[in-house]
Amino acid sequence: MSIETIKNYKLTHMAQNLCQSIGAALLGFFQSIGALAMFIGKAASHCFRPPFYPRLILKQFIDIGYYSLPVVGMTALFTGMVLALQSYTGFTRFNAEGAIAGVVALSVTRELAPVLAGLMVAGRVGASIAAEIGTMRVTEQIDALVTLSVNPFKYLIAPRVIAGTLMLPLLVLTADIIGIYGGYIVSIYNLGFSSGSYVEQTWDILTKIDVLSGLYKAAVFGFIVSMMGCYHGFNSGRGAQGVGTATTYAVVSASILILIFNYILTQVFFS
Amino acid sequence: MSMPKIELNNVKKSFGNKVVLDGVDLTVNKGESMVIIGGSGTGKSVMLKSVLGLITPDSGSIKIDGQKITTYSQKQRDGLMGQFGMLFQGGALFDSMPVWQNIAFGLIQSKKMGRDEARAIACKKLQQVGLNANTGDMYPAELSGGMQKRVSLARAIATNPDIIFFDEPTTGLDPIMADVINDLIVNCVKDLGATALTITHDMASARKIADKVAMIYEGKIIWSGDVSALYDSGNSYVEQFIHGRAEGPITKHANFKA
Repeated sequence: MSIETIKNYKLTHMAQNLCQSIGAALLGFFQSIGALAMFIGKAASHCFRPPFYPRLILKQFIDIGYYSLPVVGMTALFTGMVLALQSYTGFTRFNAEGAIAGVVALSVTRELAPVLAGLMVAGRVGASIAAEIGTMRVTEQIDALVTLSVNPFKYLIAPRVIAGTLMLPLLVLTADIIGIYGGYIVSIYNLGFSSGSYVEQTWDILTKIDVLSGLYKAAVFGFIVSMMGCYHGFNSGRGAQGVGTATTYAVVSASILILIFNYILTQVFFS
Repeated sequence: MSMPKIELNNVKKSFGNKVVLDGVDLTVNKGESMVIIGGSGTGKSVMLKSVLGLITPDSGSIKIDGQKITTYSQKQRDGLMGQFGMLFQGGALFDSMPVWQNIAFGLIQSKKMGRDEARAIACKKLQQVGLNANTGDMYPAELSGGMQKRVSLARAIATNPDIIFFDEPTTGLDPIMADVINDLIVNCVKDLGATALTITHDMASARKIADKVAMIYEGKIIWSGDVSALYDSGNSYVEQFIHGRAEGPITKHANFKA
């Protein structure tokens, strides 16, 4: 064999290898998208078909909704406060201090409350769902459910998805109020605005769609967070490492999806 | 001869390129206690989970009472599960609920029994496995390994199943506790008149609870017969396994492949 043919052979071999790994990666990617889509379809359909487990749904309402209040409330409060402060330092340059109330109200209801609450809940709830269901998978508790004639989709997943989707809008509504109140506190006590005109400006600028769009977003984000937690937990790998990885994936994928869907939904609502 | 309770015919299952079950044939008669022995990674667990329906085999048929269950719908399968009891290797107790709810889980959730009635049965089952009723209010994490196994056994027998599966019931227990569990298994199975399918690599346990023994090796049943015939099987693979020798055809074969 001449050196030339050997070189050619090596080159084709490399090209083949490259194509092979790209192909394998693509196949893997589509396979996981397909698996996820099937999981979501199955999980969502079980949310509407009996038997239901009201006791478990109630427990998830409390776990996901009530216990997330402090972290979401703190996030909203300080976001509203810093927003007022930042707008003030910026807007005084254009003598536009009067717009602060509006900026705080619109930013909080449309964007910051749903997105930040979604991200905080992804960290708090998404992680705990993935870790809990992942541990149940690893210790065969999910198999045990099946052998006791209980469908894990109905027993474990449906209550969490229902609670996530319904509770996040309520959390965001609370965050809206607290966030705007945070802006109010800074504006009145720190920047010396008059209380009456600040409240009036807030009411003037807010429309129904500002608040509602935020709540719709919140429902979608709640669905994403609980679904990602369930999916990654349910398909957790073996052992402590498997559960750790599942938890990481749940939080990361939920956070990224929240940001992507936030853009898509904003486009849908305001264009 | 009556219809076999469990019948596996040429069951195959692979994960990716790895062939785990390579044509398993097995028959278990009603009221019989069958023990499957075999080393780690020979397909014992996969076979058990295939019969339970937790894993769907690639080909072959699995029949329970003459009914082919591999083609069952989800609903039929849920109904079938009502006849099964399963003792998981690690116990698989639900750690979010107290012991009595674990035992009563099947009764409350699938047999739709009232909580008080289910609790009474749970207490009775607790006593049957040698634990006192106070244990019912404790959580699984507060119990020792042996106690968890007992609770797990109580849960497996709570719904009076026809068929009970045991996945390595004595693994991780001290020899005395292992023997206690073996005795409990023998008694529980006898009391219920149930059919039992056990997988284990603990020979003491196999000798105690088996009526019949089958050995699985590389995804196939290579020997089966009465437990009394186990020690003169004339099969060199079985000989090596039951005596736990490092030298023999199993390790020789493995070395060749490696």
